[in-house]
Amino acid sequence: MVIVVFKDELIEELRKKMEKWEKECVQEELRRHPERQKEFKTLSGIPVKRVYTPLDVQHLDYFKDLGLPGEYPFTRGIHTTMYRGRFWTMRQFAGYGTAEQTNQRFKYLLKEGETGLSMAFDFPTIIGLDSDHPMAVNEIGICGVAVDTLADMEIIFDGIPLDKVTTSMTINAPTPVLLSMYIAVGEKQGVPMHKLGGTVQNDALKEFIAQKSYVFPPEPAVKLVTDVIEFCVKNVPKWNPISISGYHIREAGATAVQELAFTIADGIAYVESMLERGMNVDEFAHRLSFFFASHNDFFEEIAKFRAARRMWAKIMKERFGARKPRSMWLRFHTQTSGVALTAQQPENNIIRVTIQALAAVLGGTQSLHTNSMDEAWALPSEKAVRIALRTQQIIAHESGVANVVDPLAGSYYVEWLTDKMEEEAMKYIDKIDNMGGMIEAVKKGFPQREIAESSYRFQKEVEEKKRIIVGVNEYIDEEEKLEIPLLRVDPEVVRVQLARLKRVKESRDNERVKRLLGELKRAAERNENVMPYVLNAVRAYATLGEIMGVLKEVYGEYQELIIF
Amino acid sequence: MSSTERKIKVLIAKPGLNGHDRGAKVVARALRDAGMEVIYTGLRQTPEQIVETAIQEDVDVIGLSILSGAHMTLLPRVTQLLKEKGIDDVLVIAGGIIPTEDVPKLKEAGIAEVFGPGTPLKTIIEFIRRNVKRKR
Repeated sequence: MVIVVFKDELIEELRKKMEKWEKECVQEELRRHPERQKEFKTLSGIPVKRVYTPLDVQHLDYFKDLGLPGEYPFTRGIHTTMYRGRFWTMRQFAGYGTAEQTNQRFKYLLKEGETGLSMAFDFPTIIGLDSDHPMAVNEIGICGVAVDTLADMEIIFDGIPLDKVTTSMTINAPTPVLLSMYIAVGEKQGVPMHKLGGTVQNDALKEFIAQKSYVFPPEPAVKLVTDVIEFCVKNVPKWNPISISGYHIREAGATAVQELAFTIADGIAYVESMLERGMNVDEFAHRLSFFFASHNDFFEEIAKFRAARRMWAKIMKERFGARKPRSMWLRFHTQTSGVALTAQQPENNIIRVTIQALAAVLGGTQSLHTNSMDEAWALPSEKAVRIALRTQQIIAHESGVANVVDPLAGSYYVEWLTDKMEEEAMKYIDKIDNMGGMIEAVKKGFPQREIAESSYRFQKEVEEKKRIIVGVNEYIDEEEKLEIPLLRVDPEVVRVQLARLKRVKESRDNERVKRLLGELKRAAERNENVMPYVLNAVRAYATLGEIMGVLKEVYGEYQELIIF
Repeated sequence: MSSTERKIKVLIAKPGLNGHDRGAKVVARALRDAGMEVIYTGLRQTPEQIVETAIQEDVDVIGLSILSGAHMTLLPRVTQLLKEKGIDDVLVIAGGIIPTEDVPKLKEAGIAEVFGPGTPLKTIIEFIRRNVKRKR
């Protein structure tokens, strides 16, 4: 039985009334007061009408399209009581300088009431280079913390019991290495791996599409992603072995629709890779998690989150035959949009972040990072980070928005836009399927090209003042003097890091390291899951660069497509 | 510009390890649309590679995009290498996440201008046209 929300009689009557209203009221009003713009569009460029009514959502079948919270297709949220039970996890991304400084920052954030840690690595670590590599030396500890060996991770988590916190690590190509280091730190604290909780990003495909910290070519990159998922499902069951990320895709200039489409398409590629390995979808699907951006267009973002949940549930059930409801859950982390921050009048960013964070909460996020106002200039200062965290706490405790599950459901506009996001994203997914899936699409440069187009179009709209950005192309303060303290990384970091790496290399059992790296190489050549071998090498203090070097020998390195 | 004049030739380059190429690509495209000839190096370039490409391609302008915080070491290295090779007629400009207080030092090191976030594309285009050193 189809349960339509609106009865036919109402729809008919409304249709007549709307026609009359358009003809008489609207036309009259427009004659006297023209609207501000000829056409109104969402940030993604979807044209929006003057008003939405039941006519726009008359096709909605309540149970099929929305359902109740915690029920398929999870449009209204994956949990039955959502934030009435527990607020989202407030998780601020942090990490810079030395391992010691990052340890202090983590302890500070935990003391301030943060409930989960999130680790930023420096660029050499992100692309798998040791700090003593010639390309690394200028960037040690600058955009995150440098990790070369297990010794660094031992310091970072000193005094932080790994069975009491969850840790999110923003790491991709070198995920097997960093995850192994975390597991090894747990072992030293007496916490077995099955008790560890956290997330690794481990999303190789979006590296080619957007973030560009790729190392291996697409096929082996996805193979390694799959190794980590398989290993975690079997051995680290509380761990989220992948965070399928739209965030970077969006930041690179994609629209909300493209972010949604490419992220779900990446997810499909990983599920297919796991299935090819012979695993049953219900054995692993519940461990997949997602990561989205929240930008300024409030309703579009909320619609995106709701559409994402519904799309993933349908895909898992209908396309991949999942049976367990948890396999159909799209659990996600949200970060407010970095590119929406302005360098001009940085205090205004506090308000932008508030709007974006509110959208994420109304969209049903599981965890949230709020950006700090000064991040268009540098790493955030402590005060700016505190305000960003307080923003979440004010939304949680003072605004009342967390008291009702999915409070915007039933809004004609939000439901229409949710449908529209899904419809437009599915067009992209069909196109990518027709190309042979995301790995092939990436090799052809398809998503890369689409994003380059969108970001250029957006920039032109800003230049032509079709889009107003307060403080940037309107309401400019010519006299502005920047008065926010910027966090600087102490150059001493380089000396400390290089000295520690040297010490580790001198004091470890080098014969053992060599033997374990050899075993890793042979395992990779035999196309085995590399995780157990990486873990052994890490325990013996093999460096990140050494392990990645072995994998590069076997798998090769990616050459970028030049598209602009 | 008449058709017999040569186009201004620009190298857009990404020094260092960060993959944030949105700005570099948007600027590259805008310069191309403004009638310049644009080469984009791609990511993870050393200052040595950038200068090498600039010489091989005989460019008039090098545009360096950097968002990693490593600008104080990598950008002056590019201008220093140019100087060492006796090249003084290439305009070097930069863009990205660069705190205002670093800009005077970069200018002293030979970076002609630094374009921060929110800079209109036409400001960059006009700057290049006004300041390009070589007469084509």
